Amino acid sequence: MTTRVAASSGTIVDERVSSPRHGSLGANADRPDGVAKVQGGFAFSSDMWAENMLWGATLRSPHPFARIVSIDASAAWRIPGVESIVTSEDVPGQATYGLIMQDQPVFAAVGDVVRYSGEPIAAVAADHPETCRRALAAIVVEYEILDPVVDPERCIDGTAPDIHPAGNVYRHQRIVSGDPDVVGDVVVEGSYEIGMQDQAFLGLEAALAIPDPGGSGLELYVATQWLHEDRKQISACLGLPEESVRLVLGGVGGAFGAREDISLQVHTCLLALRTGRPVRIAYDRRESFYGHVHRHPARIWMRHHASRDGRIVKVEARMVFDGGAYCSTSPAVLINGITHAQGPYKCDNAVVDGWAVRTNNPPCGAMRGFGVVQACYAHESQMDKLAAACGLDPVSIRLLNAMETGDRLITGQIVDSVAPVEECIRRTAEIPLPPDLPDRVDERELPGGTGLTADRRHIRRGVGWGVSIKNLMYSEGFDDYSTARCRLVDGIVSLKFATAEVGQGFVMLAQQIARTVIGIDEVVLDTIDTQVGSSGSTSASRQTWMSGGAVKKACDAVAAGLLAHEAAHRGVAVERLHVEGTDIVDRDTGHRRPAKEAARGLELDETVEYHHPKTEDLDENGQGNCHVAFAFVAHRAVVDVDPDLGLVKVVQIATAQDVGRVLNPVSCLGQIEGGIAQGLGLAVMEEIVVENGEVRNPSFTDYLLPTFLDAPAVEAVFVEQHEPKSPLGAKGVGEPPCISVTPAIANAIRAATGRELPRVPIRPYDICL
Amino acid sequence: MITSSYTLSVNGRRHEIDDSWIGESLLYVLRERAGLPGAKGACEQGECGSCTVVIDGRAVCSCLVMAASVTDSEITTVEGLGPDGALSDVQRAFLDEGGVQCGFCTPGFIVAVHHLLERDPQPSDHDVREALSGNICRCTGYGRILEAVHNVVRRRNS
Repeated sequence: MTTRVAASSGTIVDERVSSPRHGSLGANADRPDGVAKVQGGFAFSSDMWAENMLWGATLRSPHPFARIVSIDASAAWRIPGVESIVTSEDVPGQATYGLIMQDQPVFAAVGDVVRYSGEPIAAVAADHPETCRRALAAIVVEYEILDPVVDPERCIDGTAPDIHPAGNVYRHQRIVSGDPDVVGDVVVEGSYEIGMQDQAFLGLEAALAIPDPGGSGLELYVATQWLHEDRKQISACLGLPEESVRLVLGGVGGAFGAREDISLQVHTCLLALRTGRPVRIAYDRRESFYGHVHRHPARIWMRHHASRDGRIVKVEARMVFDGGAYCSTSPAVLINGITHAQGPYKCDNAVVDGWAVRTNNPPCGAMRGFGVVQACYAHESQMDKLAAACGLDPVSIRLLNAMETGDRLITGQIVDSVAPVEECIRRTAEIPLPPDLPDRVDERELPGGTGLTADRRHIRRGVGWGVSIKNLMYSEGFDDYSTARCRLVDGIVSLKFATAEVGQGFVMLAQQIARTVIGIDEVVLDTIDTQVGSSGSTSASRQTWMSGGAVKKACDAVAAGLLAHEAAHRGVAVERLHVEGTDIVDRDTGHRRPAKEAARGLELDETVEYHHPKTEDLDENGQGNCHVAFAFVAHRAVVDVDPDLGLVKVVQIATAQDVGRVLNPVSCLGQIEGGIAQGLGLAVMEEIVVENGEVRNPSFTDYLLPTFLDAPAVEAVFVEQHEPKSPLGAKGVGEPPCISVTPAIANAIRAATGRELPRVPIRPYDICL
Repeated sequence: MITSSYTLSVNGRRHEIDDSWIGESLLYVLRERAGLPGAKGACEQGECGSCTVVIDGRAVCSCLVMAASVTDSEITTVEGLGPDGALSDVQRAFLDEGGVQCGFCTPGFIVAVHHLLERDPQPSDHDVREALSGNICRCTGYGRILEAVHNVVRRRNS
């Protein structure tokens, strides 16, 4: 069952015989936050305000590596309106935080070192943002500047001095699978480089902390991806019990991985506790570039061995991820990278070596695709090389090697997910190519757009492919469970969960689930906060599966209670009743009664946890069932290239994505189109340029994001094969769209230009010089 | 800090702004002093369009305008577009077509689309893309926003 989406006309043609009702699972629905968002009244975390509120701001190091000799804040204290200045000495609890390793200081301390340009040193609270700026400028910090470690290879070979007591290697992991010495008839290799991408969510970091009277605790409104993990780290640093720190989700203006780590949370809380007044910190764009982790830049060498007819025999790879100054999620990103080295292809033998290392570059962590983006860029570049070496076209080589359910991964894990790789490729190939560029063309259709810069006669068109596999949920034994509460009171359903709504539309999906399971359309959502159990992070394409699973389980329990109530009321066996649409139906008699009516006077309340099957750590040879499930996608890119100026226009992206089951067609398509735009950004424009530890382009003027003019036509097909392991039959759809589109575009540019182009983003001078 | 008091005319209503630091942008004053948080700040250098408002018929980035310099102007923000609190056709279309995800860019887009369609009721896709290229959206990839514009044009011309 597939749904063809013709994005050019914008119509979604659903081939299902009977359509589900609007607002239920499988149909489109109204976002509960939609009206507020289009009217401007939706409260993002940067819109939070409290009576008597102060503004906070952060002092950051201008050096990537330096010893702090002294901090003198006396002049700042004298500025009228300054209410508080805090440094490392004012951190009452744990001095450091971190998702995996608690190695990142709340503030760098006198006598200790700063390890990246932008590391926090102090924070101030004052009556106006301008007062804050002046106070920061008045704080005098004396530094002893040190020589930064910026080359990851020096961390691997041990020639760089340790820049942290925990050393310069976050993790080294090897995968040896099958026969490591086997040799193929055909061998292709390449070295690839992926630049540092920024998540660049629009809604900048912001939080409002409101202290309890007496300072025994506080409430923090914050835009984050995981309230409970934030609370754990914040309360440890504040030296407060977790229950004294209450987190409420402030409206989140996009996340994409950048809100998994602590940024301003502890600073805001410290200032609020210190002053006894509400404090809001809101970053500007420049500070945001310094204030959150980025996508790991990576260098990957890869060698493929294949039989003469193009079947992959062995993959060899060496992957180096630059984690920057602090650990964040680097070890997990590394594991994702190396365990996806084979791509969505059958491969019996492998030798993969991977490092994630510490340098004085900006800290890197989660971004949509989480390590797999880097691996995919390398293996998909390799697949085109392999195709050429075997005399095959890019589609044939991929079909020949396409992974299937039941295949064994290089980690030894059997793929027991639905794995429609072949169908994704075939259905993408069936999507019509765009018409050729006419001889006379509107200049706005040419690379570079208006300004008559491109000469039509020189434009070269190229077509390229990328296919990917992505793990869903957390890996390596992590129990990233999700909690949900469902109440039914007098015919109204209310749901409570701590799932971070970051824009993806989980709040809408949760309502769809409840309407479908219970048969009552009126579904109220409680505040998203820490007054209920954890939902895990909104990351790893996991919330539809995990929090969707929890909401479904809670709603199932309530529905069972409702059916039992109705059975008792009617004096029939409960087994005869089920929810159909908005009715409770008796299978034997066909008798129907609206579920809402049956629920009158009834009160039910269920809180449940949903856990995914356990996974394992990898052993020293990288063997183990470390992942929960997988999703797959194919991309075909069509580009026009101006070889004179090195400009690229991405004309069309065709894609077929393994989504399991479409729960909301418009949301699914929105994830696909949005992910494609981010993957396009990495392919041809987005990079944080770092020179000797310094960020050179921390602004939207210099860090280029895809605009409306850069967005290609997207032709998308949903490949629907219900995933039996998934509680709703659906797979997460967030990450796959942005993974293989990047190498698809790179391969298309290679096809157009004949150039090797080993790194992304591909810059104009990579093409034209 | 040098402060001044002045009056702004926003969405047909006069807002008295008291003791405002002279360096405050229109974006800051709208959000922090006039109780109109619809315009958003995401770059504060005129690159992203999240803060788009209309001043005397021109769509501008309110982060680049000094509030004290537009005391004689009529300012329209996203809060002033819907008739009596109801949704405008553009706002409705953004919801119907899936043009809203995180919603942070949405108010700026809504203002920019209204402004575009007032100038050009039947824009080509090229015109739409060009006109809205100053508004960055990081979630949607723009596809559903383009559909929202199509939707409004269709309805207004039928």
